[in-house]
Amino acid sequence: MSSMPNQDSKPDAGAPMIAVENVSKSYGHSQILKNCSLSVARGEVVVVCGPSGSGKSTLIKCINGLVPFDSGNIAVDGISVGGPRTNLPALRAQIGMVFQHFELYPHMSALENVNLAQIHVLKRSRAQAFEVSTRLLSRVGLADKLQSRPGQLSGGQQQRVSIARALAMNPKAMLFDEPTSALDPEMVNEVLDVMQALAQEGMTMVVVTHEMGFARRVADRVLFMDAGQILEDTKKEQFFKEPATERARLFLSKVLTH
Amino acid sequence: MDWSVIWKYRELLAHGMVVSAMLVGAGMIGGMIVGALLALARLSRFRTLAFVVGGYVTVIRSVPLILVLFWFYFMLPLITGQPLGAITSALTTFVLFEAAFYCEIFRAGILAVPQGQSLAAAATGLGNWQTLRLVVLPQAVAAMVPLLLNQAIILFQDTSLVYVVALRDFLTAANVVVGLNERPIEVYTFVAVVYLAICYGVSLLVGRSKKAALR
Repeated sequence: MSSMPNQDSKPDAGAPMIAVENVSKSYGHSQILKNCSLSVARGEVVVVCGPSGSGKSTLIKCINGLVPFDSGNIAVDGISVGGPRTNLPALRAQIGMVFQHFELYPHMSALENVNLAQIHVLKRSRAQAFEVSTRLLSRVGLADKLQSRPGQLSGGQQQRVSIARALAMNPKAMLFDEPTSALDPEMVNEVLDVMQALAQEGMTMVVVTHEMGFARRVADRVLFMDAGQILEDTKKEQFFKEPATERARLFLSKVLTH
Repeated sequence: MDWSVIWKYRELLAHGMVVSAMLVGAGMIGGMIVGALLALARLSRFRTLAFVVGGYVTVIRSVPLILVLFWFYFMLPLITGQPLGAITSALTTFVLFEAAFYCEIFRAGILAVPQGQSLAAAATGLGNWQTLRLVVLPQAVAAMVPLLLNQAIILFQDTSLVYVVALRDFLTAANVVVGLNERPIEVYTFVAVVYLAICYGVSLLVGRSKKAALR
């Protein structure tokens, strides 16, 4: 990939959905990301793993511009994320994001959580939004929880609502930032199952997670990060069979043996 | 004891209460509007603006209300040559003084909403104003209500300071009544009971709103 698609060029089907080129980011003197590059094709599922503090979460928050980066380029479906003329809210509306701590709005019901951006960003009517929200909440197994407040739901249920909230915008891609790390163990699978179904439907996904079982089942590629660098970017089979770096081998031995 | 004195001067006392209530109303409404603008300025990206407003808030919160009142009533006219008059001085003082306190209440309420909420809203494509209006403020208000009611109690008590600019609020009206017929015990007891009833009533609301905020 020699030239970066910019805002003015038309995205073509062969171009990557997400293209990150040489992105660096520092907070004060500590460099969080060092020349990170990755490319995610349409319909591809990429799992990002690595020890905590390695920059995984910062990297995916750069993809939808929630965290500004210092240098490099990021384009989503051909639209430059850091460009001076880019309408960031409009771009973010096309990229779904799921957070570690759900971040549902506590003062609204599950239904209202899923409705909000549909009504205020996509300008759907209340009735249209209601129809979409009920369909999505049913799909994630929460048809009977439409009127529940987040505080009345379990962690797994809350995370499924937040997935529905992101899907309601008909996103081109989905970003998951450790979606199961804050969950009790018995609730992890209900969330992973929803994500797996989504991947099978062809959604482009970047998933930061330590769930190596999920990576084995669902990922096309695995990225391994440490100290702000992407050390490995390989097909999952190869990553699990023989990781190229010692640090990845060490990491795998820790997360797989317990 | 002769409690009939209160009935006899009911109009004078009632008029004083109207003046007090008007000052409280103006201080609250004007103070909240100015305070909201100050809070937005302090939270804004514009560093210099935030710094200047921060300085204003610190100064106002460090000086006694009565000094600000003096300033507008006695000192400003010495500089400008234009007297503001008692009522304008008092209203200006209360609005500008209360605004500094409301600014901090609003700011603290907004900052108390976890940043993840704003990130989540932004991630769905909501703009800054929409995020503030739809996601942050509704959560912040619950935390603000007890503090706003507390501030109203303090404001109501502070209105009695307008006697220094010869405005006849409730307490000053009572002073006049005492001057007219020498019944200080009855009159001041009555005044105390009225202040107690109003302030205690509002403080009950504070307790209730705190419980509501925790829910």
